[in-house]
Amino acid sequence: MMLRKKFTLFDVIVHIIGVLLLILVLYPLILVVSCSISDPQLVATGQVVFLPKGITFDGYIQIFKDPDILIGYGNTIFYTFFGTIINLLVTVPAGYVLTKKTLPGGKFFTAFFMFIMYFSGGLIPSFLVVNGLGLYNTRLVLLILGAFNTYNCIICRTFFASMPKELEEAAIIDGCSVIGTFVKVILPLSKALLGVMVLYFAVWHWNSYFDAMIYIKDDAMQPLQVFLRRMLILAQQMADNAEAAEYAHSLANLEAMMRYAVIVVSSLPLLIVYPFLQKYFDKGVMIGSVKG
Amino acid sequence: MKKKKESGAVHTAVSTKRPGQSLGARIWKHRQYYLLLLPAVVYVAIFCYAPMYGLQIAFKDYKVSLGVTGSPWVGLLNFTDFFQGYYFWNLIRNTLAISFYTLLVGFPIPIIVALILNELRPKFKKATQTVLYAPHFISTVVIVGMITLFFSPSLGVVNTVLEFFGADSIYFMGDPKYFRHLYVWSGVWQDMGWGAIIYLAALAGVDPSLHEAASIDGASRLQRIIHINLPCIASTVIIMLILQIGSIASVGYEKVYLMQNDLNMTVSEVISTYVYKRGLINNNYSFSTAVGLFNNLVNVFMLLIANAVSRKFSETSLF
Repeated sequence: MMLRKKFTLFDVIVHIIGVLLLILVLYPLILVVSCSISDPQLVATGQVVFLPKGITFDGYIQIFKDPDILIGYGNTIFYTFFGTIINLLVTVPAGYVLTKKTLPGGKFFTAFFMFIMYFSGGLIPSFLVVNGLGLYNTRLVLLILGAFNTYNCIICRTFFASMPKELEEAAIIDGCSVIGTFVKVILPLSKALLGVMVLYFAVWHWNSYFDAMIYIKDDAMQPLQVFLRRMLILAQQMADNAEAAEYAHSLANLEAMMRYAVIVVSSLPLLIVYPFLQKYFDKGVMIGSVKG
Repeated sequence: MKKKKESGAVHTAVSTKRPGQSLGARIWKHRQYYLLLLPAVVYVAIFCYAPMYGLQIAFKDYKVSLGVTGSPWVGLLNFTDFFQGYYFWNLIRNTLAISFYTLLVGFPIPIIVALILNELRPKFKKATQTVLYAPHFISTVVIVGMITLFFSPSLGVVNTVLEFFGADSIYFMGDPKYFRHLYVWSGVWQDMGWGAIIYLAALAGVDPSLHEAASIDGASRLQRIIHINLPCIASTVIIMLILQIGSIASVGYEKVYLMQNDLNMTVSEVISTYVYKRGLINNNYSFSTAVGLFNNLVNVFMLLIANAVSRKFSETSLF
C-alpha cells in the first residue's frame, strides 16, 4: 500500500481513537474478571476499580456447588448443541435450494420466507400455536423454535450463489443425485459458511432466555440464562431497594461475588470461540447479504 | 440417471420459454430440491404462518374453551380499548423515544467506527476488531446484569467514582431520568463493533485507484474518507437505515424487560413489554394480540415509507 508508508499526524489521531475504543470496550470486561477473583468485602466497598485485590477463587468454587447453575449450564449445552444441529438441517439446505432459478415455484418460496421478516403473528398467536401442539413446557420447544432463520438463510443463499456452477454440474453428470451433490460436493466446500452459521445459531441458543421464560415452567428444564436473570438482576434489584444496613449485610456474603464469577463462567465459552471464526465473518460471507 | 438429469436441465431451459408445458414433469425433476426445502417450509408454515391465522383473535373475544375459530367477533373493540386506554400515549411516547434515541446514536456510531478501523494499521486493526466484537457475544441477561452491578448505588464502580469526586451516590436503575441513556449507550457499547462489520465489508470493496488518484490531486486523508469512502458505502448505509426505520415501533423488548423495575416503569414500559404482560401474565389474549398487531402494522408502514422515499431519492431500495 503506497498510501500507508508514512505515519502522519492523521495516523496518530486515528490510532489514539482506536486505543480509546479498546479501553472503552475492555474496561468493563476486565473489571468483571477482577471483581470475580477479589475479596468480596473489598468489592462491596468499592475498592476494586481495575485490578483484583485480595485474590480468592471462592466465587468460582461456590458456583460449582450451586445446583441451579449446574442444571442451567447442562441444559444450555444440550439446547445449544442439538438446537444448532436442527437450525443447520433446516436453514442451510433451504438457502441452497433458493439459488436454483429453474425451480418451479422458486419465487413463491423466496417470498414465502422473506415475508416473515417483516410480518408475524406476534407473541400471543405464536404462544397459542405452540401450546396447541402440546409443546408447552417441553425441551423440544427450545430446540425447534427459530429452527429457520430468514436472515441466515439469505446469507447461505448468497454464499451458495457465488460458488461456481461447474462443480455441481460435473457431479450430476457423474451420476450423483441432487442431495448427494449437496452433501458430498457443496457442503465440504462451504466450511466458511458453516462455521459462521454454527457460530450465529449457537450464540443465539446460548444467550436466549425469553422463549424459555415463556414456554418452560419447570426449573429442571431451564437454561442458564433464566437462572442468571434471577441471580444477577432480580436479586440485585432487591438488594438495591432494601435498607442500607440490610444490603451491606447481604453483600458481605459470597453471593455478591458469585455474580461476577457467574458472568465470567457463562460468557467465557463464546468469547473463546469467536476469534477463531473471525476471519470468516470479517470476509465475504456478509457481503450482499443485506439486500435480499 | 445421467441422461435424465441432462435432459431435465435442457427441458427446464426450454419450458421457461414455453410456459405451461408439462409443469408436473418439471416439478418431478426437481423433487429432491423440494425435499431439501421441505423442513424449512414445514417449520415456517407451522410456526410463522399458523400464528398469522390466529391474529383474528385481535378482532374477537377469545375464550380458551371456544378456540380461535369459535370465539365471538367483537370488531375493533380491542383496538379502541387500547387507543383510549390510560397507557396508550405513555406507551407510544416511551417506545418512540427509545427507538429514535437508538436510531440517532446507535445507527451512525458503527459507521464511524468502521471508517476509523479502516484507517488503522492492519495488525492493530485486526486486534481492535477482535476486542470490539467481544461484547456482541455476551447475552442480554449478562449485559443488564453488568449494568445493574456497575451502576448499583451500593457496590457499583460508577458510584464509587462519583463519591470519590464528592458527588452523591445515584440509584441509576431506579431513576427514570437515566433509563434511556443506560439502555442506548449500553447498546452502543455492545454492538458498535459488530455493527461495523457490514460497513467494513463495503469499505473493503472501495477501488484503491480512487484513493491514489485523489492523493495525487492533493486530497488529504480526511477529505478522501469523506469524498471517497462515504459515497462508496452509501448504498449499504441506506439499506441498513431502511431496515432500522422498519423496526422503529419495536424496541429490543428482551433488554427493556430485563431493565425494568417498579421505579423506572414510567419511561421503561414499551409496547412489546406491555403486550407480554397483558397477554401472558394477565391472560388478556385478544387485547394483547390487538396491541401486537397494531405494533407490527406500524413497523410495516414505516418500512414501506422509508423504502419508497429511498427509492425515489437515492435509487437504493430493499424491494
